[in-house]
Amino acid sequence: MIDAENLTRKFGDLTVVDKLTFHIEEGEVFGFLGPNGAGKTTTMRMLSCLISKTSGEARIAGYDVSDEADSLKIRKIIGLLPENNGLYDDLTAYKNLDFYGKLYECSKTQRKENIEHFLKLLGLWDKKDVLAGTFSKGMKQKLAIARSLIHEPEILFLDEPTANLDPESSKTVRDFILDLKKEKKTIFLNTHNLDEAQRICDKIGIFNTKLMVIGSPEELEDSTLRKKTAIQLKEVNDKILKALRNLSLRNLTIDNNKLIVDVVNPENENPIIVDAIVSAGGKIQYITRISSTLEDVYLKFVRGKK
Amino acid sequence: MKLWKSWVIATKDFSTFREKKNTIYPLIVLPLLLSIVLPILIGGIGNLIGLIDNLIGIIGIPILIKGSSSKDITVLLNSFSFFYIILAFILPNTLASYSILGEKIEKSLEPLLATPITDTELLLGKSITSFLPCIAIIYFSAMIFMVLSDAITYNTIGYLFFPNWSMAIILLLAVPLVSILSIQLNVIISSRVSDVRTATQLGLLLFLPFIGLYIFLETSVISLNIINLLGIFVILSVAVAIIFSISKTIIQRDKILTKRG
Ligand SMILES: Nc1ncnc2c1ncn2[C@@H]1O[C@H](COP(=O)(O)OP(=O)(O)OP(=O)(O)O)[C@@H](O)[C@H]1O
Ligand SMILES: [Mg+2]
Repeated sequence: MIDAENLTRKFGDLTVVDKLTFHIEEGEVFGFLGPNGAGKTTTMRMLSCLISKTSGEARIAGYDVSDEADSLKIRKIIGLLPENNGLYDDLTAYKNLDFYGKLYECSKTQRKENIEHFLKLLGLWDKKDVLAGTFSKGMKQKLAIARSLIHEPEILFLDEPTANLDPESSKTVRDFILDLKKEKKTIFLNTHNLDEAQRICDKIGIFNTKLMVIGSPEELEDSTLRKKTAIQLKEVNDKILKALRNLSLRNLTIDNNKLIVDVVNPENENPIIVDAIVSAGGKIQYITRISSTLEDVYLKFVRGKK
Repeated sequence: MKLWKSWVIATKDFSTFREKKNTIYPLIVLPLLLSIVLPILIGGIGNLIGLIDNLIGIIGIPILIKGSSSKDITVLLNSFSFFYIILAFILPNTLASYSILGEKIEKSLEPLLATPITDTELLLGKSITSFLPCIAIIYFSAMIFMVLSDAITYNTIGYLFFPNWSMAIILLLAVPLVSILSIQLNVIISSRVSDVRTATQLGLLLFLPFIGLYIFLETSVISLNIINLLGIFVILSVAVAIIFSISKTIIQRDKILTKRG
């Protein structure tokens, strides 16, 4: 549904997106992960026909993003939630949506039904006649999401949909994306949030100017997002060390009586490690799971490769 | 090309104007004020000239001021008519800055450009936004100007000065053309800069040649007769055509979004 081949964008001499190649199937939710300035927004803008590419190719539903006639067809079938919500502060929530519904060539009844449907779903229906300028950040974000859906697009581009949202609103938005997934929409999601990506995406790409790795969350977990267990001991002695070595653990580090170790299957491995320490007379103070962060992945994929 | 989409954009802009009173009011007040003050000024000057003539007659000094007062008044009325061409530049220029850069500032250009509209439909929409209200204001205030001027000067010059051919050419040809020119120039400027002040000021800078023309007229190097007005009209048409043909290559959606302020 979304295909890129050696997609490249330069700003002057600066290459922001470098030979990006990927393929997203219909109905797939793709998480595009990367740090600030990675080029995620730039990629999304190229794919949604907003800015031109420097070289390479990109196709949306078979249409070429750089072809003028195709780009109109693409824009009809995609919905975009840009980085900045870009709502009209001086229009009411309802009029914001109605304006876009018209530009997307929705019929009058379609507009009416969809506006009501999405505003109700996102909890904004009783604010429909309020100026968007008076909305809170989270409400604006929800309204912008409704705007991107007003024409019932097959493909959605969401640029950090949960950025700036409180936990509850984040959850509303995430659940909403999961509902869209059930409706078999193809979703391209930019995010910093690895946890979010793991929860909702079928496929994840880690990107920093270049695509570092791409695969399902399970595939990535196996290869890169290794889970870690941290165990704080009162004291580490030779006996404990010896017991741990016998377990042939991966990437064991000890710092300040704190053991950190990679685990593939924490449910099975953690009890074994704990048993070994306790049998060796070790006193465990805390045991915690360290979930992989985007930073860990970068250490492996960006810095690790330098 | 779907003209109705341009209209959708323009009507959206019209309804946001209601919330932007600080921007809109000066655009209405300035022309209305001019249209009321100028005729009164003419009346005042007419009286003054009459008074001087009388004094001169009384004192018996040879006439210093050549020509009759009614001749002076018609010259004034003619040159004041030219103000409406100036307004036709200033008003749409200001409104276009607001309506185009407003989208940039609110960052609404990105979702807008993501919809299936063409650049031409968008630019046309923005032009309608700037054109219609300004033309309406200018015509309305020109009516006031003409009616007031006639009322004030009828006794002195003995006939209704307005409507006349040169005002007709100004209002029906020059004002729409200058407005279009002003909007076109502003669209180009606004696609390149990022704040309203700069866009408006650059737009006004491009207006300087018109001020030059005005000074020529005032100093009677060129007079505002019908032949000259038609000449100005031809020059304007050519300018509009040239700018329109180059603006398509200058304004690209890519540049509008990636140009950073
Ligand atoms: N119009 C532009 N002109 C010049 N450089 C640009 C332009 N737009 C983006 N860049 C540069 O491209 C790089 C990538 O920007 P981009 O906005 O795509 O990153 P991002 O991954 O979306 O970051 P964030 O997570 O902060 O949103 C940055 O270094 C940025 O400065
Ligand atoms: Mg971004």
